[in-house]
Amino acid sequence: MRDTNPQSEEEEKMETKKIDKYTYKVEPTGQMKVPLKVFVSEKMLPKLLEDNALQQGANVAVLPGIQKQSIMMPDAHQGYGFPIGGVAAFDAEKGCISPGGIGYDINCGVRLLTTPLSKDEIEPKIRELLESMFRNIPVGVGSTSSLRVSEAELDEILNTGTKWALRRGYATEEDLAHCEEGGSMESARADRVSNKAKQRGKKQIGTLGAGNHFIEVQYVDKIYDPDIARVFGIDHEGRIMVMIHTGSRGLGHQVCTDYLRRMEEELPQILLGLPDRELIYAPLGTKLAEDYFAAMSAAANFGWVNRQLIAYHVRKSFQEVFGGGIKLGMVYDVAHNIAKLEEHKIDGKRKSVYVHRKGATRAFGPGHPDVPEAYRKVGQPILLPGSMGTASYILVGTDKAAAETFASTPHGAGRALSRHAALKKFRGSQVKEDMEKANIYIKAGSMKGIAEEAPGVYKDIDDVAEVTAGAAIGRLVSRHRPMGVIKG
Amino acid sequence: MPQKRYEYLPHTADAKFRAYGQTLEEAFGNAALAIFNLLVDTEKVESRLEHKVSLTARGKESLLFDFLSELLFLIDAENFLLAGVDKVSISEESSSFKLEATLLGDNLTGYDIHGQVKAVTYHEMVISEDENGWALQVVVDV
Repeated sequence: MRDTNPQSEEEEKMETKKIDKYTYKVEPTGQMKVPLKVFVSEKMLPKLLEDNALQQGANVAVLPGIQKQSIMMPDAHQGYGFPIGGVAAFDAEKGCISPGGIGYDINCGVRLLTTPLSKDEIEPKIRELLESMFRNIPVGVGSTSSLRVSEAELDEILNTGTKWALRRGYATEEDLAHCEEGGSMESARADRVSNKAKQRGKKQIGTLGAGNHFIEVQYVDKIYDPDIARVFGIDHEGRIMVMIHTGSRGLGHQVCTDYLRRMEEELPQILLGLPDRELIYAPLGTKLAEDYFAAMSAAANFGWVNRQLIAYHVRKSFQEVFGGGIKLGMVYDVAHNIAKLEEHKIDGKRKSVYVHRKGATRAFGPGHPDVPEAYRKVGQPILLPGSMGTASYILVGTDKAAAETFASTPHGAGRALSRHAALKKFRGSQVKEDMEKANIYIKAGSMKGIAEEAPGVYKDIDDVAEVTAGAAIGRLVSRHRPMGVIKG
Repeated sequence: MPQKRYEYLPHTADAKFRAYGQTLEEAFGNAALAIFNLLVDTEKVESRLEHKVSLTARGKESLLFDFLSELLFLIDAENFLLAGVDKVSISEESSSFKLEATLLGDNLTGYDIHGQVKAVTYHEMVISEDENGWALQVVVDV
């Protein structure tokens, strides 16, 4: 069978020029309107060049209204249409919005909770804690929420996000204050979300899902910047934190699918000129662009409520195991699959742009008005989760990121091996055993799921953190190591 | 000699497969199996439930995209796991393609399901026909 994909042939022609230790550039060729900037180390570059990722990053530079440069993060890899780990900003008037630049899992993201506990207090009870969380939080394919919401209530969730959770007693004021967008995008409109999407989402609110999604009990292993760490509530090494990684479940996937189809049906002339069908976009200012942004915002609100409900149950489990008085605070919650209307300085002028982050984290620096008041002096926390069993990092936004990457940083380790290859290489029971030898306990819905998510299938998170800090698009605050993991 | 129904191909982040068939209908049915085998051993799924799917799309690619997307919808909305595709018919009408299919399967409760398939993509989608029959190449977001 012949492979009719023309992209792989073109890729060999692309030249990457080294700018400095952590930055590479591809100058515009063909229809590219701007260059492609890649943040990567020499060590990580060969892996990035293995597949189609670079060509995908270059394809983004062809889209109308793109500003300054198409960007790829150190954890970037081949996606569909846009690469995963890609960032692009489009002129708010003359640009476009592309569902493929956000991804199917709208507002996939990470939330970090603090606990008052230390490592030695958790150790004897870690299995009990995992059992309790596994009971309280539905995980895996087909798992359904214990919460039954009416259609009107689902619309309220889509329109108001975590404000709904606050009204219903599932959230605290601090949870909202320490969440990107306060957990509620005002641009959301439930009536722009299809009934199909609502049908998928209704049963899944407050569920973890499967794949790379997880809940992790971690201890603070190293503090790089004690002053900033203290501002984030990370006051000593050994403190226990909880990280939640999931998104908007089937609802978000359906929103992306629906609008991708609507755009290609309504805009066939745009489709014809694109190198990849998944790059389909709607020109900003059109009704279709507005409808998609409203639906995407609603799905994002759903994602925040989803992580909020999981946090609610995590708190319940800690109370079950450690007594009712224990309180878990909220460090931050950040989306890494989303488009946002933001103001950025471009060629010396402030300009409104739609920043697409597909597998990239927003990272505002010190003083930015959208950083929660408690953190504004130091900058926004960046949550960089590792793969199962490896470290995670907390960083803080920098002025350099504002200037270079539209205030964006990486979102995680980034996959290096396909699930299919992982299943051939690893056995779930062996991965679990190896992790237990390293004192990391895992509770999962499926053994095969563990094999597919084995630490060895991801890029090295330490390398991603090194590039982020080295390129100064984020500043290291702390490193965390896992003690217990819940997987779908 | 019966050819292989589908095969998985390397793709870093997502899952990529090629489904084959003597006819386009057979290849569509095998693509459905390829998606569900990412989640579960479909040979172990019993045929207790029936779902009918009826779709119209402008091109064969869109028809495949919509058909496979519908299967993912059924997992979430109806807790449906596919055991097999009983009947598929595809007809070309004036400016579109029409698909009717009968799916057989079971409620997902109690099955060993792993991983997840978030969505179907057009990325590297190729529908081709040669003397051996049809081949459908699909990448799904997992």
